Amino acid sequence: MFRYLIRRLLWACVLFIAVTLVTYVIFFIVPANPANLVCGRACTPQRVKQTEHFLHLDQPVWKQYWYFLKGLVIHQQLGRSYTTRRSVNSIVGQAAPVTASLVFGGAVAWMLLALPVGILSALRPRSLLDRGAMVFVLIGISAHPIWIGLILAYFLGFKLGAFPISGYCDFINPATDCGGPVQWAYHMFLPWMTFMLLFAALYVRMIRANVTETLNEDYVRTARAKGAPEWRVLRSHVLRNAMLPVVTMLGMDIGIALGGAVFTETVYGLPGLGQTVVQSLSNFDLPITQGVVVFATLAIIIFNLVVDLLYAWIDPRIRLA
Amino acid sequence: MALLEVHDLKTHFRTDDGIVKAVDGVSFSIEKGQTLGIVGESGSGKTVTCLSIMGLNPKRNTISSGTAMFKDMDLLSMNSRQLRQVRGNEIAMIFQDPMTSLNPVHKIGSQLVEAILLHRDVSTKTAKARALELLKAVGIPRAERGIDDYPRQFSGGMRQRVMIAMALVNDPDLLIADEPTTALDVTTQAQILNLMVRLQQDFGSAIIFITHDLGVIAEAADEVLVMYAARVVERGNVDILFSRPQHPYTWGLLGSLPRLDADVERLVQIQGTPPSLLNPPKGCRFHPRCPYVMNICKQEYPELRVGGDDPNHLNACHLDQETKDREAAKLLAGMMAEAS
Repeated sequence: MFRYLIRRLLWACVLFIAVTLVTYVIFFIVPANPANLVCGRACTPQRVKQTEHFLHLDQPVWKQYWYFLKGLVIHQQLGRSYTTRRSVNSIVGQAAPVTASLVFGGAVAWMLLALPVGILSALRPRSLLDRGAMVFVLIGISAHPIWIGLILAYFLGFKLGAFPISGYCDFINPATDCGGPVQWAYHMFLPWMTFMLLFAALYVRMIRANVTETLNEDYVRTARAKGAPEWRVLRSHVLRNAMLPVVTMLGMDIGIALGGAVFTETVYGLPGLGQTVVQSLSNFDLPITQGVVVFATLAIIIFNLVVDLLYAWIDPRIRLA
Repeated sequence: MALLEVHDLKTHFRTDDGIVKAVDGVSFSIEKGQTLGIVGESGSGKTVTCLSIMGLNPKRNTISSGTAMFKDMDLLSMNSRQLRQVRGNEIAMIFQDPMTSLNPVHKIGSQLVEAILLHRDVSTKTAKARALELLKAVGIPRAERGIDDYPRQFSGGMRQRVMIAMALVNDPDLLIADEPTTALDVTTQAQILNLMVRLQQDFGSAIIFITHDLGVIAEAADEVLVMYAARVVERGNVDILFSRPQHPYTWGLLGSLPRLDADVERLVQIQGTPPSLLNPPKGCRFHPRCPYVMNICKQEYPELRVGGDDPNHLNACHLDQETKDREAAKLLAGMMAEAS
């Protein structure tokens, strides 16, 4: 177990360096000079040169990357924004809770929908519910998040006026005029619904397939032959085995989504990581882009590890070594 | 009064291609403490017969009829609650593949304990003690430790022992063993078979032994049921059936037994393949493969009737008694000659 964790940690470092390096390289392939943007239109070539020097942009790529790594490892600092000089740590720190609210709330919502529908579809194949779920799945998989978002915002937000169309309210400390858990959930409702429709479709399919497959296992027949009632067979013998792949998928999806749900955040004007990274890209603000990438990489690494640990807990056949 | 009396059992499955008559009018009975062997090729309906008795066929597409009287109750007309009380308690089942029949995520011990607690109102501690006792009885080495192991830590033979222990844990009156040795290697087969014979003496359970291994039948069974294409073709006491087989299909089965001492290049086989149960042949179902086929065989299904001297020895064949006796004697003489 301990050796396993060490190995995973080493791999995480390799992954981390690879991802950040690729971000740097891609950034410098783009033929644009951030110094121009930072300095403004009226800048003389001399001022631009000074800005370049100030931002270390006149130095080779590897040296800039080295500065970035040094800052991160020694000071745990992601650097400062090219344009606003704000610390990237605080920018990411402000945007991350927004994205986390969206992703975790959304995950709860889509699992609450997908679990019962998926299981019931598997237990009653070809029933009305199963066929209805199929239609829902087809729509959910085919639809684009922006379209779902706009439709929900238009009907539930604009026409009915039941929910706010955009904006974010802080969960704990009210930074602006609104705040607290109720306002938070109220503002997050439509984004969560969007996430739910999007992901529940995939998960219903996946859960249905897994439960159907597990129901045909010999050990399920053994359990019935022992005289176990159906609900017990389902809970103790079917679901535990059928949930393994679902746990993997959930962990990966959450990890990836934490890096920024660009579309959903854009539609609802949520100041999360997705919006932050899109803005930073149009400003050629490398430190912010890099900061979000670092955060996303960490999220994915951590959630993969969590999935692996959960796996071993659910299924004793899997040993971590 | 027989322990289990099955009468005219029919189990049909609705499929997209039509109705598959997997069991089509099977009758048999088994006495307390006896062993009934059911033999036949794959797909002859042996397993479905037993799953029907246990009510374990998928409800959605199964049509069952007939009766299965077990201690004055008809298993086929029980509701699912009554059936659950019988399953694993009065009738237990052992399956073919021990590698997949135990749940991989639960400990051996808790799977046995579950079987006990489903039917007995005892504490978990008592149940665990009982589970341990059974694991010892089936010869699990270091059972005290094995009880907390997971199935993957056991070999196939050991897992089948666990399945047997799990089946016997509630002292069932009837044990249904569906090809319990088929998935095991030969030496393990013999061990498992001996274990079952020994445990039957200790526990006094009746056993229905499904197999396609005639050697197993000869060693373990009192009565034999030969099935072909969803129907019974011959039935009788094991000694009588083996000494005077009456049905061409049984002859084929006996004739195709491989013999160590016979120096032959190819194994003898029954020509052809079993018929589709979606659309079985008219008349006797064995007629397309039968070397003795007559015109009547293609028209009329022969009913099960007494043949030979024993009134309990039934067969379903149109051949006249003289031919049957002659052919059976020839077959046995041939087997004896090879053996000596």
